[in-house]
Amino acid sequence: MNSDTGTVLAGEHSAAPPCGPYGERLLHGWYDTGRTADLTEHLGRYGPVPLSSALSRGTAMPLVRAVEEAGLTGRGGGGFPTGRKLRSVAGAKGPAVVVANGMESEPASHKDEVLLSLAPHLVLDGAALAAVAVGANVVHLCVPRTRATQADQLIAAVAERRRARLDPVPVKVHTLPHHFVSSEETSLVRWLNGGDARPMATPPRPFEKGVGKRPTLIGNVETLAHLALIARYGPAWFRESGSSRAPGTTLVTVSGAVAHPGVYEIPAGSPVPTALARAGGPQGRLGAVLAGGFFGSWLPVPLSTAAPERGAGVLVALPEGSCGLAETAAVLEYLAAQSARQCGPCRFGLPAVAEDFTALARGTADARRINLLHHRLGLLPGRGACSHPDGGARLAASALRVFADDVHRHLYTGPCRAAYAPLVLPVPAPRPPEEEEWR
Amino acid sequence: MAMTRAQAGVQAHVLAVDFAACDGHGLCAELLPELIGLDEWGYPVLHSPTVPAELLPHARRAVAACPVMALRLNRAPTPPPDHPPSRGTAAPRRTVSGGQPG
Repeated sequence: MNSDTGTVLAGEHSAAPPCGPYGERLLHGWYDTGRTADLTEHLGRYGPVPLSSALSRGTAMPLVRAVEEAGLTGRGGGGFPTGRKLRSVAGAKGPAVVVANGMESEPASHKDEVLLSLAPHLVLDGAALAAVAVGANVVHLCVPRTRATQADQLIAAVAERRRARLDPVPVKVHTLPHHFVSSEETSLVRWLNGGDARPMATPPRPFEKGVGKRPTLIGNVETLAHLALIARYGPAWFRESGSSRAPGTTLVTVSGAVAHPGVYEIPAGSPVPTALARAGGPQGRLGAVLAGGFFGSWLPVPLSTAAPERGAGVLVALPEGSCGLAETAAVLEYLAAQSARQCGPCRFGLPAVAEDFTALARGTADARRINLLHHRLGLLPGRGACSHPDGGARLAASALRVFADDVHRHLYTGPCRAAYAPLVLPVPAPRPPEEEEWR
Repeated sequence: MAMTRAQAGVQAHVLAVDFAACDGHGLCAELLPELIGLDEWGYPVLHSPTVPAELLPHARRAVAACPVMALRLNRAPTPPPDHPPSRGTAAPRRTVSGGQPG
């Protein structure tokens, strides 16, 4: 892919493309120095922000084309092609708005938090470049209210850039309520418009009518950081890592029964065993692996060495002997409590499914209850304003599939001993947010 | 004989429920039982989002009867099977897993 776009954009860079000991790009600085990069150090490492070459004759299409050719997809879980998103917002009428989503409400994920704290300027570069690309005149950076220290650091980083006259548009840092559904795109739009941080029904999609009814580009902070590197080094360089179907690198949070739990940067599309190996490999024998977090799926062992179907930014290794049904029941109770309580099928369906699952985990369910559970699970997907019920259904269905033997044992011989053991998954207490806590 | 646009599937009519607005009054299921059922809490379950031509008048009546305007009738440019409709217009998938009750 040695296109004109690539050379135009790569032409301006002064620093060599980043490369940590394992091919890290976003986390290169961390492996270099072991601390957060300030603006001077950041620009020394990655070179200047190529804002002028993102525009050509007054249009931003070179950067949009470069992102399309790079094949960058959203790293917030959706996996939507970023280039197509940029093009839609750029093509919409009137001045646009860029929202950088650093909300990361998935309890088993820490990658956005880590990225924002180690390489804040990479994210801010990406937001500025995206603003130029789509014709936005403001950037809103959204982080959870529970991470106040992080917000202060980001405000300081933004001020540092203002003094250097780096950003072409103002950047505002916001702290939002940190509920599970508050990281959903439409929740951000609704909160920024003065409402609750709860999802809204679509259409209109935010790219048509978002913040202040203007076309709005919402990008996960990791996605924006990759965009900042594509603008500097071009799409061909981006594709040097990862696979042709899943190009580039990706951040993954690995936890559970591995030697070194943490956030790692790996080639996109890496098989699950490869990702676990980066975290020092499994500790002892595994029972299963949760890929994709609380909205994800349980994977059976032995693990497939094929590339995972969906990008899995979260991996939790469940040791052999722990109870996958009890883990899943706890997650479902949490997801049920975290419903925004706007849509009936989610408000009533998720708690019912969670209750069925808890009965199953405790060995008090019978075959009739399991049939009911299957029926209720089938009625969750596609029946909400957001994908909250769909995510819970996906997790529950994968548990019934992967732990089918355990389901049988729990039904006919009672719960396993591990059903009452401490959980491996980091499941917060299932407390429904109070009405005023959505603001 | 020339096909009508509906027959050609150029612009099928599809039902969509805005579940954030829906309060589970259930009038839609009463007026259009061929396409809409109710779950155990009284919220609509679309058996099929695509409305056949002969049911179109009934579908319009159901849409008009919804007290919170949560039921909508849209024209889909492409028929649903190949392209899953966007959220809210989808009929619930019957099963989310290949798994059978244990």
